[in-house]
Amino acid sequence: MALFDKFAPLMRQFESLESTGYNPFNVSFDRVLSPTEGVIAGRRILLLGTNNYLGLTYDPDVIDAAVAATRSLGAGTTGSRVANGSYGGHRQLERHLADFYGRQHCMVFSTGYQANLGILSALAGKDDHLILDADSHASIYDGSRLGHAQVTRFRHNDPDDLDNRLRRLADTPGDKVIVVEGIYSMLGDTAPLREFVEVKRKWGAYLVVDEAHSLGVLGRTGRGLAEAAGVEDEVDFVVGTFSKSLGGIGGFCVSDMDGFDILRVASRPYMFTASLPPAVVAAVTEALNQLRHRPALRQQLMDNARRFHAGLGDLGFHVGPEASPVVSAIMPDPKTAFAFWTRLLEAGLYTNVSLPPATPKGLALLRSSVSAAHSRSQIDHALSLFADTGRELGLIPAEPVAQPEIRAAAQ
Amino acid sequence: MANSEEQIRSLVFDALRAALERPVELSDDTNITEGLGLDSVAVMDFVMEIEDALDISIPLDRIAEVKTVGDLIATARDLKGNR
Repeated sequence: MALFDKFAPLMRQFESLESTGYNPFNVSFDRVLSPTEGVIAGRRILLLGTNNYLGLTYDPDVIDAAVAATRSLGAGTTGSRVANGSYGGHRQLERHLADFYGRQHCMVFSTGYQANLGILSALAGKDDHLILDADSHASIYDGSRLGHAQVTRFRHNDPDDLDNRLRRLADTPGDKVIVVEGIYSMLGDTAPLREFVEVKRKWGAYLVVDEAHSLGVLGRTGRGLAEAAGVEDEVDFVVGTFSKSLGGIGGFCVSDMDGFDILRVASRPYMFTASLPPAVVAAVTEALNQLRHRPALRQQLMDNARRFHAGLGDLGFHVGPEASPVVSAIMPDPKTAFAFWTRLLEAGLYTNVSLPPATPKGLALLRSSVSAAHSRSQIDHALSLFADTGRELGLIPAEPVAQPEIRAAAQ
Repeated sequence: MANSEEQIRSLVFDALRAALERPVELSDDTNITEGLGLDSVAVMDFVMEIEDALDISIPLDRIAEVKTVGDLIATARDLKGNR
């Protein structure tokens, strides 16, 4: 037992959640029925916490592509692309992604987490510097630790603080690589990318943008925040994932940097892991095709996001600063977050609980993610359950703080 | 112009008390995570305040080595002196 002694505090917390019968970190679905519905403990549940932004997991063409690929190419690749070879589908997906982003190069990784591990650990060497937004995802922190670069944080979404930290490093040798995200996964806020680009130019740094939550969500063609902000030319590397808008699993990096492909034999998380199976590659390739040719999905997603974000705000919940597919209600403490989450699940609604240190500023969050696949009535039903629960727990006033028509007039 | 050890100590104590939002007995031997219950992100956030006050950059690997308040004072002093 001594080996696990270090986990004693964590174990106590986990066991106390398990004993309630409702542990948000150990949920098991009996079945998933659609992008918006599943079954938990024999009960039909509305899903509002699955990051399935475009709802493509059950798209018939995506499923057909996966089935056909499995039948013709088998269930798995059983090896790494470097040691055991790429399949045609891996290269085709990389070409499609490069084409989508209008970039020369693309590398596909087996998970989004590994994409950050693989790119950040390889890009910045021993004498280089990684400068991370403080609210970066765990995969960005872990990728920074896997490499040998010196790592510095700057205050979340604060271009002046980034500028100050680059100034302090100005006399230190080595390249400086800035890492930010398009949409932050905890509060759904976006980075002030234009301002970051100015700071990047001033100090001659490189810029990596992780568009995990913004691919298929932001930008005229769905490429993400860099497209929406009109600064794609200044973003040296875009990293992303297949497990959200594209409904599969895997990650990627696109770039125009000369010599990019050398990373294939320098990036350990790319080299020393099995490649994506044919079914996933085919499904993601088709999902990307859908993302490109069905802009209505993005419109539907953002309509739902705005409706849910504004709806929670009107009820009196504290929500993130802008409407995005990630909508978090800020809870006063973890205990209330657990109670809220449990009541919602009992009422037939699945959301997520997010706690520090995964959240910024020690916040306890009840986190939802909306999908293009949600109907308006599903969004409204979720809002009514939030309203009931919020009032039962005394978190919001008995009446909405702003009537929808007043808010609409104020906008 | 190098800040004295005593100045750095008082800076660290003030920043820690502000981060904890409660009065607390501090000494060089105080363990920052186990003794004060700050999680990894809270530690990094509070170190940012020290970095700004001293105009230094403390890389994350150096923060990871810090266990006690005394370790942090020594690290900050070292980095300040090297500038």
